[in-house]
Order: sequence, then structure tokens, then C-alpha cells
Amino acid sequence: MSNTNDTTGTNFKWVGKQTRRPDGPDKVTGRARYGDDLILPGMLCGKILRSPHAHAKILSIDTSKAKALKGVKAVVTSADIPDHPLLEPPYGPMIADFHDISRNVLAREKVLYDGHAVAGVAATSERIAREALKLIEVEYEVLPHVLDPLQAAEPDAPILHDHQFTHGIEPALEKPSNVFRVVSKERGDIDKGFAEADIVIEREFRSQPVHQGYIEPQALIAAASEDGSVELWTTTQGHFVIRGLCARLLNMDMAKIRVTASEIGGGFGGKNNVYAEPVAIRLSQMTGRPVRMVMTRSEVFRATGPASGTYSRIRMGAKKDGTITAAEAEIYNQAGAFKGSPVGRSVETFFSAYTIANARAVAHDVCVNRPKVAAYRAPGAPMAALAAENTINELASRLGMDPIDIRLKNAVKDGDQSLSGTKYGRIGLVDVLEKVKSHAHYSAPLGPNQGRGFALGYWMHGGGLSSVSAHLLDDGTVAVATGNPDIGGSRSSMRAMAAEELGVDIELVKPIVADTGSMGYSHLTAGSRTTFATGLAVINSVREIIEKLRALAARKWDIPVDEVFWEAGQAETRRSGIEPLTLKQLAGMATKMGGPIAGHSEINAGGAGAAFSAQLVDVEVDPETGFVSPKRYTVIQDAGRAISPDYVEGQMQGGAVQGIGWALNEEYIYDDKGRLLNSGFLDYRMPVASDVPMIDTVIVEVPNPNHPYGVRGVGEPPIVPAPAAVANAVENAIGKTMGSLPLSPPKVLEAIEQLQATGD
Amino acid sequence: MAKHLITATINGDEVDFSCAADQTLLEVLRENLHMTGTKNGCGSGDCGACTVILNGRAINACLVLGAELEGADIETIEGMSNGNELHPLQQKFLDHAALQCGICTPGFLNMAKALLEKNPDPTETEVRFGLAGNLCRCTGYDKIVRAVMDAAAEMRAGNS
Amino acid sequence: MIELRYESPETIESAVALLAAEGPGAKVFAGGTDLIVQMKEEMIEPALLVDIKKIHETREVTFHSDHVRIGAAVTGAELGENAQLKAMWPGVVEAVQLIGSDQVQGRATIGGNFCNASPAADSVPALIAAAAQAVIAGPGGVREAAVEDLLTGPGKTSLAQGEFITAFILPIHAEKAGDAYLRFIPRTEMDIAVVGAGASVVLNADGTCAAARLALGAVAPTARLVKDAADILVGNKLDDAVLTSLAEAASKTCAPIDDKRGTIKFRTKVAGVLACRTTKIAWQRAESK
Repeated sequence: MSNTNDTTGTNFKWVGKQTRRPDGPDKVTGRARYGDDLILPGMLCGKILRSPHAHAKILSIDTSKAKALKGVKAVVTSADIPDHPLLEPPYGPMIADFHDISRNVLAREKVLYDGHAVAGVAATSERIAREALKLIEVEYEVLPHVLDPLQAAEPDAPILHDHQFTHGIEPALEKPSNVFRVVSKERGDIDKGFAEADIVIEREFRSQPVHQGYIEPQALIAAASEDGSVELWTTTQGHFVIRGLCARLLNMDMAKIRVTASEIGGGFGGKNNVYAEPVAIRLSQMTGRPVRMVMTRSEVFRATGPASGTYSRIRMGAKKDGTITAAEAEIYNQAGAFKGSPVGRSVETFFSAYTIANARAVAHDVCVNRPKVAAYRAPGAPMAALAAENTINELASRLGMDPIDIRLKNAVKDGDQSLSGTKYGRIGLVDVLEKVKSHAHYSAPLGPNQGRGFALGYWMHGGGLSSVSAHLLDDGTVAVATGNPDIGGSRSSMRAMAAEELGVDIELVKPIVADTGSMGYSHLTAGSRTTFATGLAVINSVREIIEKLRALAARKWDIPVDEVFWEAGQAETRRSGIEPLTLKQLAGMATKMGGPIAGHSEINAGGAGAAFSAQLVDVEVDPETGFVSPKRYTVIQDAGRAISPDYVEGQMQGGAVQGIGWALNEEYIYDDKGRLLNSGFLDYRMPVASDVPMIDTVIVEVPNPNHPYGVRGVGEPPIVPAPAAVANAVENAIGKTMGSLPLSPPKVLEAIEQLQATGD
Repeated sequence: MAKHLITATINGDEVDFSCAADQTLLEVLRENLHMTGTKNGCGSGDCGACTVILNGRAINACLVLGAELEGADIETIEGMSNGNELHPLQQKFLDHAALQCGICTPGFLNMAKALLEKNPDPTETEVRFGLAGNLCRCTGYDKIVRAVMDAAAEMRAGNS
Repeated sequence: MIELRYESPETIESAVALLAAEGPGAKVFAGGTDLIVQMKEEMIEPALLVDIKKIHETREVTFHSDHVRIGAAVTGAELGENAQLKAMWPGVVEAVQLIGSDQVQGRATIGGNFCNASPAADSVPALIAAAAQAVIAGPGGVREAAVEDLLTGPGKTSLAQGEFITAFILPIHAEKAGDAYLRFIPRTEMDIAVVGAGASVVLNADGTCAAARLALGAVAPTARLVKDAADILVGNKLDDAVLTSLAEAASKTCAPIDDKRGTIKFRTKVAGVLACRTTKIAWQRAESK
């Protein structure tokens, strides 16, 4: 082993240490440039005309008056972008159907939700662009609409897509349906399992769509040139993905689109997609000028992806000793206007933390007249956990068991399988559960009107495609370029791993996020994959540099390369009389002795490890108003290895608070015509600082054997159990089961009054 | 549209700008003066990302008209550090990892600065309510509250 | 496209002249925290904004022998810093201070909150409970009116063309008196009241109630005075029976709607809860004087 760094131990210089993030000073001084912070000479303002109807045929669009307005430079409709054929089955796990995407970018035959983009304009000022939107005449034939996933799945529901027939059911339907597909996973014998149970609990749960709620609206600038090339600046979780989507949508050569990711002001899965990018590119092509498009907050709520609202029913049976013998769940996920809700992840999440011998999970992907859903932090998982975790909590309570004990009794361990068949390597579920049990919060006394909730979250993070390019400069500093936008401090982690490998001070390593023209493909900063997969590519890249430096030292010393060791930032040999050469010395001689030194790595990272987040929450309920106040919160999570512990804690805290919002107040409210009523922060009601307590964190480290430092994904797991834990706490505070999120004051008060009326 | 010619003080410098009657201070800063450190999260006073200090009070720049600002004194994030020396709040936000994506950070920093000027020794509850007009979706507020309280302690020690 | 103009007169007379000359296209501009949002969302498209903040009468709080005069363009933050007013009318000050964030407080004015005429405006129930009079300037001169008589519906007041509120007048009670305002919102901050309740009580030396006013917000098209409240409270002490009657009277006053912020049932129930809680605080404040 040429590299003597011990990555399995705990004796690190940079990994696991708190360091000041490299992009920090720019972000506390206002210097960092986000999506809306670039100003280009001659740029035009782009605006989108949006549908006022939930469901309507477009009979005609007349743009002539808008085009005639002074200052309007171009108007674009779906007639100005290529159409794409429907994707035929079989579908992969990531459905990218350009027929749908092109219609979401600009509606073609129909508008399918309030806020659906219909046309785009580019004008010399925002004021003129807004005025031009009013001059575009669209003739609609309003159609009946449907918002609820159960109603949408009925045979007589208004149909969004006449060409859509349900996949995954036998016999096949003869009529088109809003249900795009039904996905199921099963093991064992369900009937036998329930027959073995001493107790069976059945419950129903509902939830409303919730928005990712990033504070930075979608914003971009597209600049097209006469030679057909396009430069795109956009706030995104994956500029390589945006490049691919735009090229395919507009039938362009991929290499002709160069995308630069701006700093990103939050995403949580909501910035994985294209919305206005192709429209802005077309407008720029038509005008020859840069076009900037920035969504208003109302547009963000009306037209960008929320997470699915859901309906689920679940049945679980257990023996008196707590062994869960059977479990069955069915969930309807709202996909929004186009197919693609996270049905696979829902199915995977219900029961994968437990060794239930007989289990079945079914998920329906249901189109409704709402914006197309997008990923939101562990997509599909939190609402599956809401159902499963609270049913397990009720099992425990009815059996007189401790909620941790029932989970320990059924917990998956190394070598067990998830419901979808993934075989676990080394996992830390038992470690996490033991930590919960011994935590002071678990046994702390509760005050009047207070209740404690507990839930467990399972999540299998992503791996996938990442490219990294690392360059040793001749002064001994190192530039490490990745293709992943830094959404929450990943530059820190990349730098820590690179510096650890090289054995140099972190200040000598400069991490950058490079544009699509400079790097190999990198998949999204999503799926909790970046520190794991891109981190792996960083390690590979700097290890390649180390190899080259060893070779250089060997040449310099004229000894065989296998006698050169890399130790603490310098090349050494055991031969006597040869002084070590530092990284800086070697860097200085490189250009004269063979040329510049760089390392690169392009990988498809496998070996992601399952992660578990367990959460305890105490809430206090005002019995006269139904107001719920979270009083204490603890997140205990297996991070594998926390490369940047303070940012791992931040992920745990942020995910928990998003879950609090999901559980208590966030929801989409529509009127009877299907128009969104609360398209602003005022009435969408995300948690503010005074709504939440400190969020205590305990990082458990059970290293993932498939990563040199043991990294597991940490971003998504913390939201998975949060809504379930909060709901459980409310249930325990008022003494009644609660199945419909959000647990807003009117619902909680209603439950309290029902209890009082029945004298329970 | 008729323009108003305004002279105001921004971060200690006298600045002239012209603006239409319907332009907000946020638009003036970002579009007319290219001072993009003040962020636009909602345009309706609900997120606090555009918080700046106007005549000594923290306000939402999206809820002030440029035309009102003749003679006004405005402090933005670009003026918070003293040259290359970060303000204690900026330092503590970095030390406590009180930002993830960072888009809300300039607004939080200005609000926290105004808060500590009024109340140099706030309780956790006072900090939470004082910052309730600033939305952060990344951090869950924990590290932000800690950073502000730690900065307050340091600033008190520095002033005693 | 309407060309918006902005004027900032320094006298009441010139403000009235500007407003009267422009007609319905003119809007009085004070803190702007509602108006700018409505303009940006294209809910309104005014031709002229008349900024009244340079008129000094609108910007001061003055104390007189039997009343206090609060300029309409005084901000929430300024009211909160006025210790003398806060001691006298803590409920009114708290109500204005509940409007929006600290940032909004730096701009939002008591007069603007009132004239925006939202049924859920926080200042309004507190001002009604306080028996506040509005001072109104207009083409016909200056007049005064009880605040509850000015509100005619959501977003509507009975102010005539060219009229605007320059100040509010609140009585100064010599006796044991106290007021309070509470609202219910689903979060702890940054929401619009689902229900608001303002109470003002004056106590006799024996601890019984001499006079009382209770007003509710967000439960009807305009904030409402709970007329029975005085009958229930006057002559009595604040015991459980009185509180139960008060809650019933408050709930009975409600004629709310179902909307994105609350349901009829919830608002009606919580109105009773808040009526009692608010009255208790006002009572304690009166007792402690």
C-alpha cells in the first residue's frame, strides 16, 4: 500500500474536524453569486404566462398584440419548441419522458394545473414583459379537474391524459386512467402472517402536498450565440442534468450547451428539474441577447414541484412478544400533472427497517391537476414512515411494550434484506436504537398537555456518476474541481478528504464547482450522494496525484517507485541519506521533470449503505385551541462517518424542522376551481425560528465499508421519521390517534372535542 | 415613467440613483446599483432575505420605495465587514456553521445586528422571536440562534 | 400601463388637495407594507401615491389631560419604544406590535393597518376596545369618528374621496383600567390572525367591573364589538360563570367564513377562548394599577 493513511481509524487530521467552509466568507458578505446575481450586458427580462385554470384545452394562442408592444423582443409558445414522442415501456427507475417534460415546460394541447406555463416573453424591462403577458390572448375550454389522489383513481374521474393506461395491473384496463402505474413488492405469505398474529392493527393516513420551500426562487440567464452555442447560468442541483435535458428538449448538440451552476439557495430535490431553462434558451436564440428569468415566489409555489400528497392504508400484525408477523400497506401518491411520483421509494420505505417475514407494499402513481411533483428530501419515504412507524407505535402501546424494544425485536441487521431485495452490508440500526434508549431525552419527565413521539427513518442513499479533476499547481496548492453544486457545505467535505489523503493543510486545497464544459459528467447533488460518490472520486483523483508524485520522487532519487512512500504530505524512502521531498518541492520540480501533475476520476459509485435516523420529540398541545408547540427534539442518526460533523448536524437539524413543518402546518390549499390559494410564504406557513426548539443531535458512526472513510448519506434520512415522530407526539399528548397531516390547530381541536364528547 | 433622483447614504458613501416611483429599495439595490448581496426571496416581506438597515432600523427592502429615500441612511450586507475584517456576527455564523446554502444569511446577519444593537444580551427566546421574520429552510435555526447568542456574548465582552 | 407618481407633501392641506385632485387613482401611502405588496401582485394599480410620513402631525404621539393622540403614520416599532403609551394602553401597543416581523414593525403604521381594513387587522379590535376615535382630514375639514363606525367591509372604509386618517385619539382613564389584545395564529409569528380579541376594562375600588369593551377580529367582515360583553362584566368580578357567559357571547357574535386561514367552527370556538384570555389579562392589568 503506497498510501499509508489509515482511513478506517479515527486518527484523522481533517476528516471529522470542524473547519471553516471555503465558501463561507463570500456567503456572509453578500459576495457569493446565486441564480439571480449575474448581470450580463444587453440582457432582456423573460417572463412566463401561466394558466389560470386547473384543467383546460388550449383552443388558440394569439401573441400578436404582445409582439407589437414596444420593447417586446420575442414571444415563445410550445409551437416554437420541438415535440417529443411518448416514452414507451419498460420504464427505468428514473422516468425521463420528454413528451411530458416538454409539455410541463410549455403546455401544448392542454393546461393541466393552475400555474402551468403557456408562453414566454422577452422584453427590455420587467414592466414591459409583465404588460406583454397581459396582451397574450389564450382561448381555453375549461375541463373538469381533480385534485385528490383517491378521486383521481376512480374510473369516472376527469382524465388528464387520454393516452395513459395503467401499467402494472392485471388485467389491463381498457380505458385511460390517471393512475400511471402500480408498483408492488412482496415477500412471504401475507395471509399466513396475519393468521399467526395475536394482534392486528389497521390504520389510514392522509397527507397534503408540501413544497421544498427553498428561499431562492428559480433563476437563470441563457445566452445564445449565432453559432448555435448556448451559455446557461442557473441555480440547480445538477448542471450536467440540466444540460442534458435542455439539449434533448431542444434537439441541440449537448456540447454546444455550457451550463454553469450558480451558488444555490436551497433545493431539497426541487432544483433537479428544468422549468424555464429551455424557454429562456429559445428566447435568447430568437433575440440574440441574454435572457434572464427569475420566478416570483408565487410562481415557485404554483408551478414547481411539491412532494406528493398521499393517501395510505396499512395493516400490521404482531405476536404478544412483539414479533411482527405480517405487514401490508398501500399508498396513493399524487404525481401532479405528469406521471412520476416516488412510488418505488414509498414501497421500499414502509417495512425495510424490519425483518418482517410476510410483507407487501403497493404504491399507485396518480396524476392530478396539480404541479408535477419533484423530489423532496428522501422522496416517498416520510409518508410511508408516517404510516408504518405510527402503526408500530400503536402495536407497541397495545402490547404494553416499549417502542424501542419492539423495534429492536424486529430490527434489520447486517446481511438482512430490504423489502425490495437490497441486501444490507454493515448497518447501524441496532446501534442507533440503543443510543435512543440510553439518551436522557427518552426518559425525561413530561409536563401537563405534553406528549412524546418517537419514529425511525430508513433511507438508502444514492451513489452513481461523478467526475472529479484535481490539479497540483507548481506552488504546491491543489485545485479540486467537482461537478456538484455545493448546496450545504460539500466543498468543506471535499477539501477535508483531499487534504487528508494528501497530508497537507486544508488551506492548500481549493475546492471548486466547475461548469459542464470543464468536467466529466456528474449526477445531481441529490440523493445524499455527494459526499459519498463525489467524495470517492475526489479521493481517487488525489490518490492519482500521489502516485504521480511518488513516481516523480523515484525519478528524482533514481530509485524504484515501490521504494517511495507518501507520508504526511511528503515523499519518503527508507533508503538512508535521502531527505524527504515535500508536496511543495515536488510540485515545483514537476513542470521541469515530465509536466503538470493532475489526477482525475470518473466513476459510477456503488456500495451505498443504508442509513437510519431515529427521532424523539416532545410537544405541548393547547387543549383550548389545538395549537401544537414542539418543546424538545433529539435526532440520533448513523452517518457512517461524519466528514464535516457540524454540517452533518446541520443536515439532521434542518431535516427535522422541515418534518415539523410537514406535520403541523404546511399544506397546499385550493379553491373549488382548482386554483392555489396560498402561493406565498405568509399562508404556506413554514416553521419560523420561534416555532421550534433547539434540535439536539447524536451522530452515530458505523462506517460504511464501501467508502474509504465510511461515509453514509446524511442529507435525506433526517426528514424520513420527522412527520411520524411529531404526529406520534401529538397523539400521545391528546390521547387519540391522528391520521391526517397537517395536524393544524382546527384538526387537533376537533380531535380534542371529539374525545371530550365521548368522555374518553 | 417619471424618475425620481435620489441622494442617499449607502454603507457610509453618498450614492445618487434614479428610480421609477414603483421601484422598491430591493430593486434599486439589485437592479440599479448592482448590489446583489441583498437577496430576493419573496418580494412580500415574508422571508426577510432582503433585510437591510434603514435609518437605524431593520426593514425589508422589498417593502420600501426608492422614491422615499432622499437623505436616507442605508446599511447593507456589503458594508457589514470592516474591510477584510469580518463583523463578529459574520465570524460566528462561520464558526457555528450557521449557514448551509447561504441565501438567507445576509438577511439574518442584518436582522441579528439590529437586534443586538437594541438588546445586547438576548435570551434564546428573544433571539428566536427577533429572527422570526427571517426564513431559513436549511438549518432548522439551531446553529443560527447559537451563533447570534455567541456573537452577542463576544460583542458584550468587547464593549466592556 | 399606468404611470405611477409619488408625492410626499409636508402638510395635511396639501395631502388632501393631492388626494382630492387625483380621485380614485390616489392611494395614501404610509408604511407601505400592505400597499407595495398589493401593487406588486397587481391587485391594485394606483396612479398616485401620497406619502403622508413627512406630515409631522401623523408622526407624533402626544399626551393631553384626558386623551392621548397617536399619529396615523407612527410605526409599530416606535409605539413599542414609547414607555408612557405602553403603560397607558399596553393592549393597543401590543396589537400593533403583532403585525408582521420586526422588519415590518420598522415600517408598518397604526393608521395603515387600520385603513387596509382587513377583517383580521390586529390593531383594529384593540382600538375598538379602547373606544378610539379617528381624526380624519378631508376636503370638508377635520372630523372625528368612532373607529368601529369607519369599517364597512373587507378592505373597505367609509372614508370619503380625499379623506385620510391623521391620528387616533384614545381616552386616558384616571381609574383602575387595563387593556389587552391576543390573537390566534397557527405559528408563533408571521401569520395573519385567525381570531383576534381586544379587551378594555375599568374596575371599581371594590374590584368589580365599572366599564368594559370587548372586540373581535377575523370572525366577521369587519372587526366587531361584542355588545353583550359590557352587560356580562359590569358590576361583576371575573369568576368562572362570568367567563363562561363571556365566551358564549363572544362566540355568538361571530359570523366568520371558512377560508385558507381557518374554519367557521374553529374561529367560533377560539373567539370564546381568546375573549376570556384577553379579558383576564386586561383585568389583571387594571387590578395592578
